[in-house]
Amino acid sequence: MTDPDDLILVTRGLTKEFGGLAAVSDVDLRIRRGSIHAMIGPNGAGKTTCFNLLTKFLPPSRGSIVFDGKDITHDRPDEIARRGLVRSFQISAVFPELSALTNVRIALQRKRGGSFDFWRSEEQLRPLNEAALQLLEAVGLAHVATVAAGELAYGQKRALELATTLALDPKMLLLDEPMAGIGREDFRRIEALIRTAAANRTVLMVEHNLSIVASLSDRITVLARGRVLADGDYGTVAKDPAVIEAYIGSGRHG
Amino acid sequence: MTVPVLSGSVVADLVLPDDETVVRRRYRATFLVLALVLAIAPFVAYPVFLMQVLCFALFGLSFNMLLGYGGLLSFGHAAFFGLASYVGAYAAKYGGLAPELAIVLGALSSAILGSIFGAIAIRRQGIYFAMITLALAQLLYFVSVQTPELTGGENGIQGVPRGKLFGLLDLADDRMLYAVVAGIFLAGLLFVYRIVRSPFGQICKAIRDNEPRAISLGYRTRHYKVLLFTLSAALAGLAGATKAIVFQLASLTDVHWSTSGEVVLITLVGGLGTMLGPIVGALVIVSMQNYLANFGAWTTVVQGAIFIVCVSLLRGGIVGLVQKWTGRAL
Ligand SMILES: Nc1ncnc2c1ncn2[C@@H]1O[C@H](COP(=O)(O)OP(=O)(O)OP(=O)(O)O)[C@@H](O)[C@H]1O
Ligand SMILES: [Mg+2]
Repeated sequence: MTDPDDLILVTRGLTKEFGGLAAVSDVDLRIRRGSIHAMIGPNGAGKTTCFNLLTKFLPPSRGSIVFDGKDITHDRPDEIARRGLVRSFQISAVFPELSALTNVRIALQRKRGGSFDFWRSEEQLRPLNEAALQLLEAVGLAHVATVAAGELAYGQKRALELATTLALDPKMLLLDEPMAGIGREDFRRIEALIRTAAANRTVLMVEHNLSIVASLSDRITVLARGRVLADGDYGTVAKDPAVIEAYIGSGRHG
Repeated sequence: MTVPVLSGSVVADLVLPDDETVVRRRYRATFLVLALVLAIAPFVAYPVFLMQVLCFALFGLSFNMLLGYGGLLSFGHAAFFGLASYVGAYAAKYGGLAPELAIVLGALSSAILGSIFGAIAIRRQGIYFAMITLALAQLLYFVSVQTPELTGGENGIQGVPRGKLFGLLDLADDRMLYAVVAGIFLAGLLFVYRIVRSPFGQICKAIRDNEPRAISLGYRTRHYKVLLFTLSAALAGLAGATKAIVFQLASLTDVHWSTSGEVVLITLVGGLGTMLGPIVGALVIVSMQNYLANFGAWTTVVQGAIFIVCVSLLRGGIVGLVQKWTGRAL
């Protein structure tokens, strides 16, 4: 399915220290183009920090990041997003006072280039409504298109965040616990959605729910105390004694 | 909460709560009523008092736009009001510029200063941003004190000629000047409306709501914030320069921190994020200052009390309260 040598994201020695304490240390990631790659690990393992480094929301202490053949180690976060590496947040991130449709439209608006035209009417954005509504429909939110995002239920906010991210049509998606806080009834829908979203792009996903990880991902990287503990497919990783040790040691079970 | 049921095909009928056409219709009505009130006002109140209210309302409008739509709290807006006041007064008195040019020059100077102060302050968030704007404004205040050859020091620039608008309309007549000031105010109102309901305004609101998310969508948020700050400074400058022509005076009070405080007061008392908030706030604060002037220091105390009441009891200010009663956005 995916060419093992076609890597879209490669990190070398990625390290982040907070006051001498390494939250992420010496992480080498190799992510294949077109794959769904899961990153798992106990709480505090450094998964979110890793995402923050990849998107430059935090500057790395050491190491390099190559995305799609270009060194992005020194890029700004907005530049990285424009290159097609787009993240979601562990705590759902929407624009609460804007309607669900406007939320998605903010992402669609970016294709216009810079939106510095303060002298133009919002009517300019009307042609984007159709596409925005379709994206909402795909995540099952068309019926709340006009509702302010802040008033949506938690699961709906997560779905909206996903729709907004997909509106950018990124090359690669970073999803930080997309299933957290999602009710049972929406579980399958979001899972299917991630699968659809991954059809023509790469997904790197942090997820605690191991059954989702097992069913969705092609490859898994296990992180513990900031270090890569194991890397491989689900079968290999699940049998790894170090992984079992880390999970039991931290009191967390899949 | 009533939610229309939608499908992909009915997108043309889609009515957003923040939709342009709906909002425009609603605001047009409010705007026309306001214009009518302004037309009648000089027959029932002193034009000079009204002009003072309108200048501060315009000032409030600029602050309201920045905080309400950009989430940026400036404690140093007097810098832009004051600089334009000095520039406008100087240009009209010593440069012999026509009043409209003096006002435009004042507003432009403030826009430039705004882009510089904005670019510096935007590097910090929240209260740190506010403190930096305050510090920069204080810097301008001290420069104004130290350069009496330009600013007239304690005396300010007095006896600024009102001149003739476009070389035709004699602004020495209070009624005539009032009409011009009312026109400037209404134009300012439309200017703000255009900005906050433009593609640019949408991004500003998104940044206000959640800046990291806006960055993660690929927006270079700093540039948007600096532009909004610059536009707000230009508007504050428009207010300051107009004030200098109306009162024929530019003084240290215009750049003083208490003027920065006043615009916060006006906006919050009137109602943050509302169209009529700044004018209602300005009406309340300016009236109070005029009527309480005899009580000296007590003016400040009463102002403080009203401020506390408005902020703690009326979260949307006076206009916010009326909005709640009438159920329509004003
Ligand atoms: N800004 C920061 N300053 C200091 N320490 C931090 C900072 N951000 C994260 N850390 C620390 O880094 C470590 C890794 O945190 P991180 O949030 O990356 O873990 P995680 O794997 O995402 O955990 P979870 O599963 O709970 O989301 C933790 O010990 C955390 O306390
Ligand atoms: Mg995390």
